[in-house]
Amino acid sequence: MGIGFQVTNRTTGDCFTCSEGQSVLKAMEQRGMKCVPVGCRGGGCGYCKIRVVEGEFECGKMSKAHAPPEAIEQGKVLACRIYPLTDLIIECLPPSAPGNTSEQTTTKALR
Amino acid sequence: MKKGVMRPGHVQIRVLDMDEAVKHYTDLMGLIETDRDDLGRVYLKAWTEVDKFSVVLREADEPGCDFMGFKVVNEEALVQLEKDLVAHGVVVEQVPEGELKDCGRRIRFTVASGHAFELYADKLYTGKWGVTEVNPEAWPRGLSGMKAVRFDHCLFYGPELAAVYDVFVNVLGFHLAEQVLDPEGTRIAQFLTVSMKEHDIAFIHHEEPGKFHHASFYLETWEDVLRAADLITMTDTSIDIGPTRHGLTHGKTIYFFDPSGNRNEVFCGGDYTYPDHKPVTWQAEQLGKAIFYHDRVLNERFLTVLT
Repeated sequence: MGIGFQVTNRTTGDCFTCSEGQSVLKAMEQRGMKCVPVGCRGGGCGYCKIRVVEGEFECGKMSKAHAPPEAIEQGKVLACRIYPLTDLIIECLPPSAPGNTSEQTTTKALR
Repeated sequence: MKKGVMRPGHVQIRVLDMDEAVKHYTDLMGLIETDRDDLGRVYLKAWTEVDKFSVVLREADEPGCDFMGFKVVNEEALVQLEKDLVAHGVVVEQVPEGELKDCGRRIRFTVASGHAFELYADKLYTGKWGVTEVNPEAWPRGLSGMKAVRFDHCLFYGPELAAVYDVFVNVLGFHLAEQVLDPEGTRIAQFLTVSMKEHDIAFIHHEEPGKFHHASFYLETWEDVLRAADLITMTDTSIDIGPTRHGLTHGKTIYFFDPSGNRNEVFCGGDYTYPDHKPVTWQAEQLGKAIFYHDRVLNERFLTVLT
């Protein structure tokens, strides 16, 4: 341990270590934290969408519906599919945020 | 089956990375690769299925389900069902023989929930995998992972459940096996069947159309479900929930995700139904228990994480 990158969620104030080659979401889950919502963990559902405010990272394959190229350019990515190359500062995206294409519609009738 | 729709026949699933997906559906789930085509699609089947394929994987930049197909008893039934769909105001598209390898002509239509379905009468009969047709052994050796027995059903999320019910029940001859009603009596979940199974297809109300909740595969026993859970851990596969039991259908289940985020289920047991059975009803107020019988609480991820 000790080797890796620090990921700081500036929305919640949480901070955790992400090992090299590990996704941000997996690192968060492994440390028992819940500061990003966990969905499919496969880049498909868009549930764990965040914005990377600062830092470098690599991207795995993500659904174009939730992370189109223009969103990725703005740092809007899925936490399950980004792998830090440096320390990162991230922030949560409210579901209705402008430009957030994930549009988590809810099953309101069931609530 | 009163209108000639016999059973679920296939599902075409979009995946982000074909190699990862094939490994998941074969090594982990135990499906068998039976073919590939010029479009790069991969054809798979579970070992007890008699036709050549039941799962088709297509690489795309967005995961989800392209369509689910049902096999009908014969060409005459297909012709009649097509007429009935058109008479009902459903737009029917022709998909020529061979568009899916070794599959006869299909008719395709989209229902009000935004999901595409197909009917077909012919597909190459290859028999059960690994066992002889005469004096067959109990099971074939050489199966991988969860050793899925068959592709069983899909659950879709979308709006306009009443219109979908109308097409499936009144045109295609399905039977409502189970339902969830809200306090006003509106059906917010419908489990439909053409067999004795408690569902061959299910829909849950959701505002966004065309969403894919899961494709489900049958296992024989609870022990097999627990073994599937072990394999999910051994392979570090993304788990959703389980092993547990559903209130709806009473099936014993585990949910997990393929590498592109499409949800899969393997399950065993579950209730049976006949056409004279009244639908089993769950009240929306009891939805937590209806979905996960042991936890008895609403599970946010199960209701909102979709492809």
